[in-house]
Amino acid sequence: MSLHRLTIHELREMLDGRQVSAVELTRDVLQRIEKVEDRVKAYITLDPEGALKRAEASDAELKKGTGGPLCGIPFSIKDVLCTDGMRTTCGSRILENFVPPYDATAIVKLKAAGAVLLGKVSMDEFAMGSTSENCAFGPPRNPWDTEYICGGSSGGSAASVAADECIASLGTDTGGSIRQPASHCGVVGLKPTYGRVSRYGLVAFASSLDQAGPLTKDVTDCALMMNVISGHDAKDSTSVDQKVPDYRIALTEGLQGTKVGIPREYFIKGLDPEVETAVRQGINSLREAGAEIVEVSLPHNDYCVAVYYIVAPAEASSNLARYDGVRYGFRDRSSDTLLDIYKNSRSFGFGDEVKRRIIIGTYALSSGYYDAYYKKASQVRTLITEDFKKVFETCDVLASPVTPTPAWKLAEKIDDPLSLYPTDILTISANLAGITGISVPCGFSSAGLPIGLQIQASHFQEEKLLRAAYNLEQRMNISHLRPKNL
Amino acid sequence: MKITPQEISHVADLARLHMSREELEAMALQLDDILNYVAKLNELDTESVTPTTHAISITNAFREDVVKPSLPRDKALANGPKQNGEAFVVPRVI
Repeated sequence: MSLHRLTIHELREMLDGRQVSAVELTRDVLQRIEKVEDRVKAYITLDPEGALKRAEASDAELKKGTGGPLCGIPFSIKDVLCTDGMRTTCGSRILENFVPPYDATAIVKLKAAGAVLLGKVSMDEFAMGSTSENCAFGPPRNPWDTEYICGGSSGGSAASVAADECIASLGTDTGGSIRQPASHCGVVGLKPTYGRVSRYGLVAFASSLDQAGPLTKDVTDCALMMNVISGHDAKDSTSVDQKVPDYRIALTEGLQGTKVGIPREYFIKGLDPEVETAVRQGINSLREAGAEIVEVSLPHNDYCVAVYYIVAPAEASSNLARYDGVRYGFRDRSSDTLLDIYKNSRSFGFGDEVKRRIIIGTYALSSGYYDAYYKKASQVRTLITEDFKKVFETCDVLASPVTPTPAWKLAEKIDDPLSLYPTDILTISANLAGITGISVPCGFSSAGLPIGLQIQASHFQEEKLLRAAYNLEQRMNISHLRPKNL
Repeated sequence: MKITPQEISHVADLARLHMSREELEAMALQLDDILNYVAKLNELDTESVTPTTHAISITNAFREDVVKPSLPRDKALANGPKQNGEAFVVPRVI
């Protein structure tokens, strides 16, 4: 049997029942990586020795019966979350040799639950992008067809899960960066409510939007990971002190009494007909599960991309000021003055997209422009949030597409980077409003590429979200499918 | 509005980035495109709208002011491109 194909919950039962050891499981996944990685290219850093050591420790714990809920399960981690002693590049040359001296809180929690870390996976540089092509170390590929993008920015996370190069992954989402690659790779990806998961040790892109979350093979695994990573953290004052429920209990059959809103504005002009068909089928499944379907309106959604491309770059331009060639990261050795160290290190270390966003953000925040851009965008952000508030007074969750189209070919849009910005129009609003969203597989395009359905719910309503997602998954019955030609 | 390469040069300087002539010209066109797109926000009257400063409603997040262990100096310095065991080292600025 191929252990690497299984889910966390299946494997945890087998590990508990001593049908398989954590070392056997880790070896099996490492062999899988060896077999397919030259085509998928999901990993930036792989640590087989460390993983096997952790697996041995897991076996000892399992034997004693003290193993945590993720004990012995091999994970990949997006290379934007700090891992103590394991290189963390953020997909950037500027951090090519950066080895963090501490773990991000989400990593501390995964390790405490017994997770086995295999390594760090590919991403758009500093999480800026929708294809993972902005990675300084080469793009990961879509396991369903390696000529296609896997999405981004958590592209390596989604690709490694879809290719069975790990059992599950931890990614981050600033404008859709978990949900969009999950949709393109046919896996489940959840962006938690802002403040649900600590951001401590998550290298900041846009601090008011960033959240870490799971990418998994099914909804149950997603709930299991949320149980582990959620919760308040004294080291992140924006994390919220609110009880963490057992999300797995929320996964019950039937959606009687659940009202699902279909936001009219998400079925935009330019929505691929195959995406629309798959999503409509998914919505039908929710109805068959007992949900009441109602059409709703989010009138300001059309403005979300414009708001995002002011707010996110503004925050990024401030956050990325720390890469100065002095305390960590790349330093240009040929510079004689401090100012030259700053300029030369940053100009060499950052890629084009990162520079573009730093320039946008610096411009928007520069003297005389603040009111016209940042303040205006923050006001429209309030309107977008109020739209959600209104619809969640009558609906439990919203169902929609995740992305306007299935994945496209690598390099197809690389020459016109701005053409990519509007492709996030269906995911950005959740980050602006701080609500939670998930992508669940709901079909395939005629080219055989996965299509996801997005479910969104109000702040801290992850249980409602997961219940709807679970029911969709049960009825669609496609989450066990894997790429054939890999 | 037309953004000029000179304006980009000023912004790049603020952001501590070097840009070649070609980069400045390309970036001027791109920033212009983005600002033209963003101008659609002006369709909305936001006169009386409070700007979002935080995605969820939390107010002051206080904690006890207690000293806790922090990163030891050698670990904090370990990633420094140039350091002398006590501090990060940069060219003389004064």
